[in-house]
Parts: sequence; C-alpha cells; structure tokens
Amino acid sequence: MSLAELKDHQRELHRFRLRVGIAGAAVLAAFALLFARFFYLQVLQHDTYASKAEENRISIVPISPNRGLILDRNGVVLARNYSAYTLEIFPRRVRDLEATIGELAELVEIQPKDRARFRKLLAEARNAESLPIRTRLSDEEVARFAAHRYRFPGVEIKARLFRQYPRGEAASHVVGYIGRINARDQERLAELGVEANYRGTDFIGKAGLEASYQQELHGTTGFEQVEIDAAGRGIRTLARTPAQAGNNLTLTLDIRLQEVAEQAFGERRGALVALEPASGAVLAFVSRPGYDPNLFVDGIDPQSWESLNGSADRPLNNRAVAGLYPPGSTFKPFMAMAALELGKRTPKSAIQDPGYFEFGGRRFRDSKPGGHGHVDLYGSIVKSSDTFYYMLANDLGIDAIAGFMRQFGFGAKSGIDLEGEARGVLPSPAWKRERFRRPEQQKWYAGETISIGIGQGYNAYTPMQLALAVATLAANGEMYRPRLVAHVDDVRTGERRALEPALARRLALRPENLEFVRRAMAGVNREGTGARAFAGAPYSSGGKTGTAQVIGLKQGEKYDEKRLAESLRDHSLFIAFAPAEHPRIALAVVVENSGFGARAAAPVARVVLDYFLLGKLPEAAAKGAEEQG
Amino acid sequence: MALEAALASPRRLARRLAEGLDGPLLGLALALAAIGLATLYSAAYDQPERVSSQLGNLAVALAAMWLAARVPPQTLMRFAPPAYLAGLALLVAVALFGDVVNGARRWLHVGVARFQPAEIMKLALPMMLAWYFHRKEASLRLRDFAAAGLLLAVPVALIARQPDLGTAVLVAAVGFYVIFFAGIGWRPLAALGVAAAAGTVPFWGMLHDYQRKRILTLLDPSQDPLGAGYHTIQSTIAVGSGGVAGKGWLHGTQAHLEFIPERHTDFIFAVYSEEFGLIGNGLLLALYAGLVARGLMIAANAATFFSRLLAAAITLMFFTYAFVNMGMVSGILPVVGVPLPFVSYGGSALATLFLGVGILMSIQRHRKLVQT
Repeated sequence: MSLAELKDHQRELHRFRLRVGIAGAAVLAAFALLFARFFYLQVLQHDTYASKAEENRISIVPISPNRGLILDRNGVVLARNYSAYTLEIFPRRVRDLEATIGELAELVEIQPKDRARFRKLLAEARNAESLPIRTRLSDEEVARFAAHRYRFPGVEIKARLFRQYPRGEAASHVVGYIGRINARDQERLAELGVEANYRGTDFIGKAGLEASYQQELHGTTGFEQVEIDAAGRGIRTLARTPAQAGNNLTLTLDIRLQEVAEQAFGERRGALVALEPASGAVLAFVSRPGYDPNLFVDGIDPQSWESLNGSADRPLNNRAVAGLYPPGSTFKPFMAMAALELGKRTPKSAIQDPGYFEFGGRRFRDSKPGGHGHVDLYGSIVKSSDTFYYMLANDLGIDAIAGFMRQFGFGAKSGIDLEGEARGVLPSPAWKRERFRRPEQQKWYAGETISIGIGQGYNAYTPMQLALAVATLAANGEMYRPRLVAHVDDVRTGERRALEPALARRLALRPENLEFVRRAMAGVNREGTGARAFAGAPYSSGGKTGTAQVIGLKQGEKYDEKRLAESLRDHSLFIAFAPAEHPRIALAVVVENSGFGARAAAPVARVVLDYFLLGKLPEAAAKGAEEQG
Repeated sequence: MALEAALASPRRLARRLAEGLDGPLLGLALALAAIGLATLYSAAYDQPERVSSQLGNLAVALAAMWLAARVPPQTLMRFAPPAYLAGLALLVAVALFGDVVNGARRWLHVGVARFQPAEIMKLALPMMLAWYFHRKEASLRLRDFAAAGLLLAVPVALIARQPDLGTAVLVAAVGFYVIFFAGIGWRPLAALGVAAAAGTVPFWGMLHDYQRKRILTLLDPSQDPLGAGYHTIQSTIAVGSGGVAGKGWLHGTQAHLEFIPERHTDFIFAVYSEEFGLIGNGLLLALYAGLVARGLMIAANAATFFSRLLAAAITLMFFTYAFVNMGMVSGILPVVGVPLPFVSYGGSALATLFLGVGILMSIQRHRKLVQT
C-alpha cells in the first residue's frame, strides 16, 4: 500500500468513526426522548392514567348484526330470526363447571341433551367467551334465575337472536342451516380478512344458501363503547355505532311448488330439479329425505346428530347436486341429438331390432325380450329401444359421444349458487386413464362404449346436470347457469340487486334437429313410455323415462325385482319439459330403488307439472286441503 | 477424533462451542430475551403454549446466531448479491402468489411452513449495499450513492405494497444507514432530506386507507377511539398507569382484562411497561443502549469497509426496532407493525435479530485477521 493510499485509508476510517460517533449521539438523544416520554406518562401523568386504568375502563363491545332473511319468490319466509333468552356460562370464570350446572339444574330445567351439547361446544370452541347451557328460557325461568343470580358468578342470561326455519323440512337442502363458528370457520374468516366483522358473531352458515350467501346474510357488526368497573361489569354505554343488518335473499323457488314436489316423493328417496329454461332460475329443488334445519340452530345435540348422520337414508346428503346416478334411457334423446348433429343418423334411419346387439362375441340385451321390431329414430325414443342405441354408440365411438355430451354440461359442475356440487363422470378414454392406476384398467374397451349409449356403464350424473341438459334442449341450445337467488335486498337502503340470468354457453345445434328430438319426446308422453303417467293432461309436454341399474347384471341373468334387496333395485328416472311448444319448465326426477322410470318418477313429474302449469294440487293433497279448509 | 476428545471433556466442549461468540453481545441479547419470556408469560396467561413455542423460537434463533458467528465476513460478502437477488425474487413471488392474512399479502408457502420474504431483506439489503460500496471504496461518487438508492428503493417499494409499512420503514432505514456510514456528503444528505419530505406527497397517495388513518390518528388518537386510535389509547393508559415501580409481574390489569391488543407481539412493551414501570423501562433502555454501544464499537474496529458498514447498519437496525416500537406504544410514533427486538413473540423476527447478532460477532472475531 502506498503512503498516499494509506493516508486516504486513514482519512476514510476517521470519517467513518466520526459518523459512528454522530450515530451514537443520535441514539442517546432518541432514548433520552423516550425516557422523557415515559417520565411524562409514568410520573407526571401517572395519576390520570392510573385512574383511567383502575376506575374508568372503556370496553368495546361488539353488537352482532341481524342476519338477513331468506324468502321464496312470493315473499314466504323460509329463514327468520327471533329473540329468546339463553342461559350462558363463561367457562373461564367458573371454577367447577359440573357443580355449577348441577346447581343451575335446580332452578331451570336442564336435560341430559343440554349437558351433552354444552360439553361438545366446550370441546369445539376453546376460546369462546360464553357458551349456552340452556336456550329458549321461559319468562318464569328467567325470573327464577334472576332471583338467584348472586349465587352464580360467571353465569348470565343473554337475549339472543335465534335462527328459525318456519317451514321445517321443506327446501331444507336449499336453505341449509347455520351453526356455531368452529376453528375451521375461524381460519377461513381469517383468510378472507373479515375476522374483525365477526367479533361478537357466534353463528355462521354451514350448508345450503346459508353457507353460500354467508357474506350477504351476515351484515356489518356494530360497536358499543361501554364503561366497565374493575371486575369487568358494564356500568353505562358511552357511544354506539349500530350494527347493519344483513341482506335479505329472495329465491327463484316457489315454496308451494316445492312442497308439492316433496310430498310427491312420499317416503321414497330421490331428487328433483326443475328449471326455467330461459333463465336458469331454479323452480323446485328437492332432495329426499330432508331434515329439520331447526335442529342445528342451537348446536345440534349428539343424539339427533347421530340419527341424521348415521341413517342409511343419508338425509344430510344433497342428492340434487351431489347424488350421482346413471341416467339410463333419459340419455337417449341426447344420443339422438348427437347422431343427427354428427350426421350418423337421419330421421329416416331405421333398424330391425331382434332384442339384442351382438358385439365382440357378447350379447347386449334389450330390456324388451324379443325386441321392438322395426324401429326408426323417432320410435327409438318413444319406445325406448336399447338395441338402436347400442348400435348408435358403436357407430359414434366414445370420443364423439364424450365430446358432444360435454357441451350439455354432463360431467361438469353446473355452477349453481350452492356449495358441495359433484362433478359426476362423463366417461371417456382420457377419464379412464386418469381414474385408474393399473394399466389394464386404464385401457378403454370398445365394448364399454356400447352400454354408454343407453346411459349405463360409467355414466354418473347429478339430477342437476340432467335438469340443466333438458333445459338447454328446451331453450334451443341456450344454457343458463342455474341459480336459486333472484335478488338480494339491502334492508337499510331499500336497494334491490337483481341477479341477472347468466348465459353459460350457446350450443350450435340445428333448429330442425332440436325440433325433431323435442317432437319425439312429446311422443313419449303421448304414445310412448310416458303416456300412462300423462294420460288426460290438458297441456302438451315432452318427456323421457329412464331406469338406471344399480348393479350390473351378468350375461344371461334375468332381472328379478322381487328377489333383489330393496337397496339394490333399479333407480327410476324421468326428464320432462312443458308445454311442449314453448317450454316454461324443464325438470329431472330420480326416485331411488323404485324400478322402471315410467312407474315411479314419471308420476312425480306429472304432479309437479300439473301444479306449475294448472295450479292443480294432486288428489291426495287436494283432499287434505279441502278437509282443512 | 476431535469430537471424541471434545466429548471427553465437557469443559473443552463448552469452550469450543463458545468460541467466536462475543460475551457482551450474547449477554445483552439473552437478557432482553429473558425479559421477553417473562413478559410473554404474563401476557399469554390464556395461551400458555405461546411461552414454550417462543422458547423453541429462541433455540432456533440461537442456533442461527451460532452458525452466523462462524461465517467469515469475506464469505458473507460473496453471498451478498445472490442473497439480495433471491430476496428480491421472493418478494416478487409474494406479490404474485402470496397468501393473504389480515388483508395483507405477506406470506409465502414453502412446503408445510409459511414465511415472510420481507424478513430476508432486513439483512440482505445492508449486505448488498455494503458489498456495493466496498467494491467502489476508493472512489465513491455521487452517482454511486444514487445507484445505491435504487438498490434500496426497489425492495422497499415491494414491501410497502404488500402492504407492510413497519417492515418497509425498517428496511428503508437500514439501507439508509449503510449509505450514511459510507460517507455520503452532508449536502447531498440535506438534499435527500428535502426530497424525502417532498416524496411523502405521492407516498401518501400510495398508502392504504387504514395506514393513512393510523398516521392521522397519531396526531389525535381520540378522533377514532374505536378503530385506529384504540391501540394507542389503551397502550398509553397501560404505560402511564404503570407508574414508577409498575404494578408488579402478572398484575397488569390493562393486559389481563384484554385491553391491550396484540399484547404478545407488537404491543408487548405495553404489558412490560405496565408491570415494571419507569424503573423497568429504564433498564430496558439501558440494555438496548448497551447493545448499540457494543455494536458501534465492533463497527469502529472492523477490518474492512464492508464489515464496518454492515456492523454499523445492523446495530442501528436494532436501535430502530426498539425506538419505533417503544415510540408507537407510548404514543409518539404512528402504529406500524414493528416488534420490540428480542422481546416480542414471533419466530421470524427473532431469527433475523439473532442472525444479525451472529454477524456482528463474526465481524468482531475477524477484526484483525485481514487488517493491513
């Protein structure tokens, strides 16, 4: 290092050390400033702050907003709130919970069910302030507890709003229910960044529209500035920012039509979806059996939960959007559409049906022994010839079928405003490769294509997908995203926000082909498999029956309904639209384990269409109404 | 063989482990961490698992420090540009794919864990700037400082956009310290001050509503007692009511009646101050002052330009953390999310801080080796 460089270096080091000195002085000055501030706060102003802390504590108490109502299209209330008293325990302030509950039981009625629910809530909601031991106290019980209140520190009476579903089971899968916020809900709220707005909120939508429209229904939390004493008891309210109630939902559903449809199922399991083809509005949405959503509101007791969740009928399962069924013969009109559009058949194409189709040494049987004889395209739908569609499927090939059916929404979520929708299975070689692990399972066999043609095989769709496909057929290829909510009302401003129909896609289908398939479906209800169910109907309609196999029959084995266990019996399906010329409604019905489509599902469709188009109640219900009236 | 020998004699093992660690620095940092654990024990009476979790964080942080103390500054210098670039890339990744928590996009998923890439910049930026100035040491011109300003501005802007005002302020400050110690002239410095003042106008436009509200409420917290002012009002009451001797450990009413928000993390000083009073605050200030003094001493004696700059900047970063945090809790600075260094609950910040301590130790250890 040269002398000059060394000098330079020295000068630089000197300058650096000078700056370090300056920085040190600045740090000392800053700390002195802090210390002065502490001295000011802790010595000079100590009395002021000490009294603020000791005597006048201001607590910010959240005011939870009223949850929005859910109404049907005519304003009938499906979900509302009512005020009731609950007896609440603050677990952190109570030393011996069991003893306290025991003493409380001498004043108000506490059933084992209440205790079980309390224990469950305690285990689930670790950080909750207070938990209810009894809900819906009578006035007498409130008075009795108030007289003995001094004995129970950490137990309080609270006035709370409760959710009520006045229609009970009706449309339970649409409306859904609310429940207590649990750790997972809390996490989701944090992810959405809305935690602050849920301070003071105990309940959240868990299923149905209550869940999918949670943010709309919830509203904005208000705050109250309360002066509290050293023990944390409120003395007086200083300021108040009121809560803003959640928005009301008005549905596209007509609850009367809904109830008519539900009653048409009787005790049978199944689902029905009815859509307005020109808008996607859901007119009826049934999943049977239903459940009483009121059970969930106070936190469901373990016994009721067990009976709902453990039931073999799976009442909590929303069959309309999550139940998967092979479409059976209701698939045929769409197959016919594919044949016409892809040029594989013309309206004049006909076959001689011997009652089976032979492929690769295997016989695919027609459901009618001996076959239908001479069958053209029209007849294939009206009489539901299997042989015709075995041959057609073979001619089209699986890729063409899958590609065509995809447009109709088969194997894809419909996008309805509900959570938990299933995608279903639109079978294709690509699907099989993804679905299975072993190479021999991954291969698509030409024989598998044959049964796809009559809606069997790997085909598995939700009733919602079937209804949407029929609606699209009825609306000349226009597919609207199904929706349950017609408009959202802001209670505070009176503002009404309509949810406009959303065109999902427009299928390029030739009008004459659409016309032909719809005419054939009208033939089903006039002279075909649906004729008995629709005998005497004063309106025109189109339909198609379907029977979906639950188990595969071995070759040569004959299907004997009586011998099979009930749960292995075929599902009964029906799709329909009406009036035939200008359809205002399109629907799909599945009745589980009820055999032929014409026998169980078609009459359900008839009841719904009768009520929708004519306002006519089914005979049994009409009689009941008369007696009541 | 060495390992066996070391195992044979625990005392020798201890000596080997302690080799290269700076006694005063370690003592001061551990004293602060102990204060943090004691205060956390009081603040987290309803979540006792936080104390053991923080002990785990401390173990990790100490391991990081121990490792950093073993990396010579020369090696550190080589890592400076890649560390800076990696940090920058991660910040961009956060902007694109980060998780949103409490409305801010700060977190990045790495396998099962999440971390905040902004944390990396607290050390990577001063390393980068020190590396840059070190290379140009002989002839620092104004345009070198301008280039350094650009290196500083890019990550700061990315962090401010997340938005994470507290970290942005810290990173900007630590970058500025490097520039200051590198010897920027007084006149450009004054010009920079004027420019910064003028820059607040567009900066104000960039801020989110809640950030603006926080700054406005600083001027008058009573304006918004329910929202932005609530933190400051309650923490000031906590500090003031502590008095000279404090209410005693575990006896802070403000903390235990849950009036202090974020009392485990950014507002832990309110809990400490309420329970230990002016005497406790004096002790805390003395510990921080000791830490800064030791750090600046290490900087003054450091061997190379790079290590001088880095040591001084890291030391002043500790100071900035402490000053901003205590200032905001006692109501003289706006509420920005800055933890109390070595005391607040939280693993990322603690690891960064002890990593900084480790770097200081390494610089101290190598102060003579390369001196010419």
